[in-house]
Amino acid sequence: MNARLPARALRTLALALATGAAATAMADDENKRMNIDHPVYRSECGSCHIAFPPALLGANSWRAMMAGLDKHFGSDASLDAETAATITKFLVANAGRRDTTGSDGNPQLRISDTPWFRKEHRDGHDGITPGVFRSEAVKSAANCAACHRDAGQGDYSERNIRIPKNGARS
Amino acid sequence: MRNHSLQMLLGAAALIASGFASAETPADFLARYETEARQSSPSFSASAERGEKFFTNTHGGEWSCSTCHTKNPTVRGKHASTGKAIEPMAPGANPERFASTRSVEKWFGRNCKDVLGRTCTPGEKADVVAWLMISPR
Repeated sequence: MNARLPARALRTLALALATGAAATAMADDENKRMNIDHPVYRSECGSCHIAFPPALLGANSWRAMMAGLDKHFGSDASLDAETAATITKFLVANAGRRDTTGSDGNPQLRISDTPWFRKEHRDGHDGITPGVFRSEAVKSAANCAACHRDAGQGDYSERNIRIPKNGARS
Repeated sequence: MRNHSLQMLLGAAALIASGFASAETPADFLARYETEARQSSPSFSASAERGEKFFTNTHGGEWSCSTCHTKNPTVRGKHASTGKAIEPMAPGANPERFASTRSVEKWFGRNCKDVLGRTCTPGEKADVVAWLMISPR
């Protein structure tokens, strides 16, 4: 048998235990802190946008995302195979339990297209004003940190939400 | 015993020194890309002026390098679709630039595809590095 297997299995087990606990906590209250604590994930997937919480998409969505990095929302975000495999493992291990397959049968790739996101971010909910996502201060629903001030650290708790007034900079 | 610890100390020192020696500099990248470019055109010499033009040109597409990085490589840029801040490209303004092959090749690979729809030639990369190295002027 492969001599490296036990060490690898142990590591996987440790990771699964740590992230499993985080995923459970997250599912119970999605406004709390979300696990983004993986140095390779944070540096690679946090350069063009913040490192989005893996719990916000299902495992199939993450697998599809990582299989199409050369055409990633209009940009080439290609990674070497080894780094991509490391990140995929982290994303899948921490993926949301909710399946995020779209109505067309394909895995949804845009977090802001998922029913959960749309419900939580509908106009009028928790002070969200119409058009705020397209405003100068926010620009895009991908800009979590425009309102979730500590999103870069995985903190989406309600007390750290500041919605820019009328989309103006604040 | 004492001899053994001395050996360990020397070993550690050598390891640290080799670590420093292997750190890459902007000049290393310039030299490497120039050498590569000379394989197909022996008289090639990097030009900062060409590099600046290349950086700010849209090459028939929608984006130029400066769409995100701005035309001034000593200031922060902004990602065209996400709005996330991008630290300055000029090594004179940001010492983290042109310090690792892995990072440099990754970003040239991705961004040349986005801007030009193809990979950049060694000559183009040499020109851009030459321009970034003399910024700020």
